[in-house]
Amino acid sequence: MSRTVSILRPMEWAYPVPPARREVMAATPETDEGRPPVLFVPGFGHGAWAFAEHWLEHTASRGFPAYAMSLRGHGRSGSAAGRAGLRAYTHDVVQVAASLPRQAVVVGHGAAALVVARALARYPARAGVLVSPVLGGWRSGLGALGAALARNPFGTLPAFFGAGLRLRRGQLFSRELPASKADVYTHRLGRASALAQWQLLLRRDPQPPVGGPPVLVAGSPDDRIVSRAALERAARAYGGAPLLFPGMGHDLMLDTRWREPIDAILDWLVTAQPEVPAQARRDTAARVRG
Amino acid sequence: MDYDTAAAATIWANGRPVYDRGENVCVIGAGASGLVAVKNLREHGFGVDCFERETGVGGAWNWRHDRSPVYGSTHLISSKPFTQFPDFPMPDAWPDYPHHSQVLAYLERYADHFDLRQHIWLGTEVVHVEPAPDGHWDVTTRGARGGAERTQRYAALVVANGHNWAPKQPTYEGLGEFRGTVIHSSAYKDAAQLRGKRVLVVGAGNSGCDIAVEAAQQAVRCWHSVRRGYWYAPKYAFGRPVDQVNDSMLALRLPLRVRQWISHRTLKLTVGDVTRFGLPKPDHKIYESHPIANSQLVYYLGHGAITPVPDVARFHRNSVELTDGASVEPDLVILATGYLPRFEFLPPDVLGADVDEQGTGRPKLYQHLFSRRYPTFAIAGLLQPDSGLFTLVHWQTVAFARWLRLRDRAPAAAHAFWGKVSAGSDRGWTDAKVTDSTRHWYEISHTKYLRGLQKTLDELEQA
Repeated sequence: MSRTVSILRPMEWAYPVPPARREVMAATPETDEGRPPVLFVPGFGHGAWAFAEHWLEHTASRGFPAYAMSLRGHGRSGSAAGRAGLRAYTHDVVQVAASLPRQAVVVGHGAAALVVARALARYPARAGVLVSPVLGGWRSGLGALGAALARNPFGTLPAFFGAGLRLRRGQLFSRELPASKADVYTHRLGRASALAQWQLLLRRDPQPPVGGPPVLVAGSPDDRIVSRAALERAARAYGGAPLLFPGMGHDLMLDTRWREPIDAILDWLVTAQPEVPAQARRDTAARVRG
Repeated sequence: MDYDTAAAATIWANGRPVYDRGENVCVIGAGASGLVAVKNLREHGFGVDCFERETGVGGAWNWRHDRSPVYGSTHLISSKPFTQFPDFPMPDAWPDYPHHSQVLAYLERYADHFDLRQHIWLGTEVVHVEPAPDGHWDVTTRGARGGAERTQRYAALVVANGHNWAPKQPTYEGLGEFRGTVIHSSAYKDAAQLRGKRVLVVGAGNSGCDIAVEAAQQAVRCWHSVRRGYWYAPKYAFGRPVDQVNDSMLALRLPLRVRQWISHRTLKLTVGDVTRFGLPKPDHKIYESHPIANSQLVYYLGHGAITPVPDVARFHRNSVELTDGASVEPDLVILATGYLPRFEFLPPDVLGADVDEQGTGRPKLYQHLFSRRYPTFAIAGLLQPDSGLFTLVHWQTVAFARWLRLRDRAPAAAHAFWGKVSAGSDRGWTDAKVTDSTRHWYEISHTKYLRGLQKTLDELEQA
């Protein structure tokens, strides 16, 4: 991470990201317990459906208003004029987060972890969670690329020439997930823009998060896309250690044992919330004096 | 802590109980600047009490407030990317230049999203502020509609009372005997006030130009009195909001003279020669005065719906005499002569030497933010930028919160920074020498100012 947030942003001011229609799925708890909303951002190729499968309802059942979005060009989100790169994806995440009723927790999976890391520099999230993060850059990007080339050369190579990165079920899921189910999921995969794929490899470090949110990294040591070393490196950058779920694939939210990681993440949220300075909440009725 | 028993008062000053709020920070005003101060101080771990004399948040942007300067048709002058808070964007679905009611909705959503309302005391007016020992502040408040006064002690103070509510009233000879109606633009709310009238609008600020355009549409006759020649920038150029076009030149880091040349060229080719309509020739280069963004004024000049006239010389019983000797006979005169910053609750010596007894004048500040004498005092949002204010006041309040944190955590580093604040002479924050009148001293260029603020922020974060 670079050290400071830059406050002079003439490129962002002069060339705002064009708007795009965004798919947002929601599941709200039966009673509002004042818990922060949780926004799930699926990685390249995935749409909001990937979280709607299990995690969305489960998060709501634990008392958190839950939302899942699709980046532009993914799932049921529209696309916009111009090329969609990481900046446009980041804009999508910040727009959805700021539209929620309260300050949100933002969860990014796969390459969307990089999008979320960038969004954390543009929106003061309550907390950030990076699940199986593909944070890109030459070092970890090449590592992931080497692994992908070895496992799936015909799905990976064309991506160098602008085609979509094609992933196989063996790269995304553990063997515990029935092949029929895994095939259904793999068939639903779309693709990120060629620009965003290149940016993943050539990106600069994201700026540090604003508002100092706690950031958690979670993943599987048996992930065939993100190595254990990459998980540890990512967690270290945010001053922590990763939560590890051995035996699971890259798509923690779709794998057979999907329940374990989301429960651990929500448990972490309950305990890691930055402490609210002790000050009695005063009755709103007493607000207007005089 | 207990709020309602005198037993909670542990200190007495001037024969009155002072309720100690410990390390909490006091914010005066819950407009845009106050809200962002509360949010950023909370984010840095400070407890905050915010006092607001009105019964709602939004300050100047809340049209229900009697001090709000907005009129029915007020739209933003700067486009969305320049207007919004840098960490809470306006919705994509909103137009380039939102309406004032959208700005209020935006500020209310900001307060809800970041759960700020629990820290805001509405309907509570600050009547007096006094420095207390150890850099603390005694803040005396009372209900805005009366009630007992109460004094509380805070560890730091942020004044965010706005600077567009105290009208600057020019005086003219014979104003008393004039039989028509004379109002300040702050009393202008709705175009219906103009219907069927002969209207003289005085002043070519952004409100003056907006009102002249409305008078062109609604009134029988419209004279627009301008003292000097201005550059009338359209709101769009090359199909994009003009401030975005302007900042693409800044993104390329083109020097001032090149930008001035390009802008003069562009205006000449698009808006054309305004002296043809009877307006004076601009007596300064562009960027040397506060920019006017109004596409319609020149359009209505071209339709003869607005008659440009020179400055007002004096008023007569039934007419207004102009400096060129001609006179006009309006029913309604609207003085769009701007506003003055006012701090009626602060002792003048807190702000510095140039402030008079009414609390009007120029406070002595570092980077238009830090007091030079009191380390725990800041004024937020006292800026007249060539872009939107919210981004600037966001970073101002982040800087002040970081400064307060640095004082707690690293007194040595804080000492070094304070040396600079208290000693150094402040520089100008505009690109070009600004020739405007009473508010030129808080006129700033957003790029130059933010570049300076970035240095301060980095310095305060490092230590």
